Amino acid sequence: MGRYVARRLLQMIPVFLGTTLLIFLMVYTLPGDPVRGLFGDKGVDPATLARLRHEHGLDQPILQQYWNYMTGIVLHFDFGNQIASGRPVTDVLGEAFPVTLRLAGMAFAIEIVVGIGLGTFAGLRAGRLTDNVVLVFTLLIISIPVFVLGFIIKTVFAFQLGWISPNVSNDAKWGELLAPAIVLGSLSLAYVARLTRTTMAENLRSDYMRTAIAKGLPKRRIVGVHLMRNSLIPVITFLGTDLGALMGGAVVTEGLFNVKGIGGTIYESIVKREGTTLVGLVTILVLVYLLMSLIVDLLYAVLDPRIRYA
Amino acid sequence: MRGAKSAKWVAGAAIIALAATACGGGNDDADKGKSSAKGAVNADGIFSVEVGEPQNPLQPANTMESNGSIVTDAIFSQLVDYDPSGKLQMINAESVETSDSKLWTVKLKKDWKFHDGTPVTAESYIKAWNWAANVKNNQTNASWFGDIKGFEDVHPADAKAKPKGDAMSGLKKVDDYTFTIELNAPLPYFSYKLGYTVFSPLPESFYADPKAAGEKPVGNGAYKFVSWDHKKQIKVVRNDDYKGSDKAKNGGVVFKNYTTLETAYEDLKSGNVDVLRQIAPKDLPVYRSDLGDRAVDKAYSAIQTIGVAMYTKQWKNTDPKVLQGLSMAIDRDTITKTVLQGTREPATGWVAQGVLGYQKDVAGDVTKYDPAKAKALIKEGGGVPGNKIFIQYNADGGHKEWVEAVCNSITQATGVACAGDSKADFQADLNARDAKQVKSFYRSGWVLDYPVNANFISDLFRTGAAGNNGFFSNKALDAKIKAADSAASLDESVKGYQQIEKELVNYMPTIPLWYYKVNAGYSEKVQNVDYAQDGDPILTQIEVKK
Repeated sequence: MGRYVARRLLQMIPVFLGTTLLIFLMVYTLPGDPVRGLFGDKGVDPATLARLRHEHGLDQPILQQYWNYMTGIVLHFDFGNQIASGRPVTDVLGEAFPVTLRLAGMAFAIEIVVGIGLGTFAGLRAGRLTDNVVLVFTLLIISIPVFVLGFIIKTVFAFQLGWISPNVSNDAKWGELLAPAIVLGSLSLAYVARLTRTTMAENLRSDYMRTAIAKGLPKRRIVGVHLMRNSLIPVITFLGTDLGALMGGAVVTEGLFNVKGIGGTIYESIVKREGTTLVGLVTILVLVYLLMSLIVDLLYAVLDPRIRYA
Repeated sequence: MRGAKSAKWVAGAAIIALAATACGGGNDDADKGKSSAKGAVNADGIFSVEVGEPQNPLQPANTMESNGSIVTDAIFSQLVDYDPSGKLQMINAESVETSDSKLWTVKLKKDWKFHDGTPVTAESYIKAWNWAANVKNNQTNASWFGDIKGFEDVHPADAKAKPKGDAMSGLKKVDDYTFTIELNAPLPYFSYKLGYTVFSPLPESFYADPKAAGEKPVGNGAYKFVSWDHKKQIKVVRNDDYKGSDKAKNGGVVFKNYTTLETAYEDLKSGNVDVLRQIAPKDLPVYRSDLGDRAVDKAYSAIQTIGVAMYTKQWKNTDPKVLQGLSMAIDRDTITKTVLQGTREPATGWVAQGVLGYQKDVAGDVTKYDPAKAKALIKEGGGVPGNKIFIQYNADGGHKEWVEAVCNSITQATGVACAGDSKADFQADLNARDAKQVKSFYRSGWVLDYPVNANFISDLFRTGAAGNNGFFSNKALDAKIKAADSAASLDESVKGYQQIEKELVNYMPTIPLWYYKVNAGYSEKVQNVDYAQDGDPILTQIEVKK
């Protein structure tokens, strides 16, 4: 087990370098210059432009820039400064992350509770009316684009009924985040429900289930321990990668509800060609992904002893 | 189920129709009752304004975009300002005088103080300007000091050269409250430029750590800085010691950060923000009926044009008559009314309204829609090379719709093929302009910096001017601009520029499209909301109701 974890940690290094380099190169190939953008329509003063570019190291070759940036991160935990505002990227990240973490956490919780709940519900009654109702419901959610769903929720609950305020305020309180969290989690929720339902329905027919029932075990134990434990492996895989997706993919939801989180910051950095901010964000997201898939792999071992000894 | 649903739809439609007509009918009454309807005012009330996160630290010479400048303008006062008719007003200056338009003498009011209690002296201005002009300090607006003698010493044109000194020789202190500005050449409207944010004074504490000062600006303006919660809000409160005539009639302002205009508008309707600067295109059709007489629809001094990339094969040696013809093929009236939903007003010249020297209908027939004449002019000028034109625009700025409409109008009227050339965003658009890669036309816009017609001519069409993105160059016109700049008085200079504007028809450096309007709104909590020539709300005048 220890060797397994160590190997997984070592694997993170090339992934980490590869993703950050790719992002760096991609931002660099986009047309547009972050410093030139500061001057806008009114035209640019070449001397100041050149000096600003030099100050941020933008006049160096791209690989040199990448090298400088990565050594800064690795050796000094220095993520550089934002070009426009001159603020350290760590500050920018420090502000955006707690909000997104809260939002993603809520979405994740909703996803797990409702998704697995619905899936179990439908899986145990496969083929009957409840199963079909859940099927229709989840298909409906999967087929509605996020921004449409967000818009519907806003229109109905904020403008028509007045139960919630349409936008998240600057404090990003838990209550205010409920609506965006539902929107954010809904798509994955549907997938979780479908995954759970299918594996449950399959495993219900397996030999060990028949044995468990034949042994006369109470139903709670059959479903809770024997069935759940085996059925949750693909669900856990999905959930693990999904937490990363929730943090990075919240661009639409965050924009819709005016949440000041990672999604909006990513979007803004792309638009403004802020390579350094973007790489900083992505680096952290990559770490989240890697960590999550590590946890997922470890969880497999907990759920299925066969994997542990393999 | 089905029946019930459609009935609801009908009811909904009826409600919308009613609301719209009710508003339309009630408008006249509202105007009459406006003054009497005003409620009791809370002089210490604080209201909020929609902004985006400022791009730069709040240093006056570094703030060019509107999100930052609305804040720096609240915190800093300059020597002069303009009244709504574009007339010069003394603010921190007692007087700004000149006899030859080259040597200017500024006398300051003596009782002014910065927010940290230190007095505003001649030194506060001289030192601030020298610092901002110095190329070492990387201020994006440094080129504004280019008129002042000795600018090249602190800001050499060659990017690699080191500045020769720290001070411009044109700035001289006479006594604590008097200083002189010597320019490279006479400039009759120089005093108007002094109202721009970049000419703000700075307190002594600024220089110890300019970066930190940009995070916590100390100014001399009507509002004091309180806090900047990045990406969330900036708070300022009224400066009770303020000596200027534009003292705040409210307790302070919260600049609330919004990522999209749509969310800001939703918040306005639910009472979470008080003053908007702009309404999103999506809400334009409904905002008048939503807000009633709190909806704002006002002209300001900005113009949208189609820039001509003069360096391209297409336009290098082409007769300007072709451009005149293309201009006449654009149905400005219909496009502003339909596609732009009445948010713009057809332009009749190159200088925007509300600016000293504005002339109506200066472009004559060129801005009037006349397909027959358009065709004839293009033919007379030898036709459009390649018979196809492109209009470059940035896709992130909501320009696609009108660019397509303009293209359709041109193609229908003249048969010239026309297509939009979309760049992903503003940065890419600017890049193509700077690199001289525009295929034939590009969309461009200009908001005034100072209310003199020179700002719309000299800064756009002079050879080498910063705003001259089409690289238009004409020696005769340059000479006339120089003559107008060195005129003996402001009046003559303005007249000179008026004459130049009349002649622009013969060159067509750009095709004027329309003047911008402020389409905005405010909440029930505030009153007396008006918008200045640059399109920003006049914060000091706004009153918060009890």
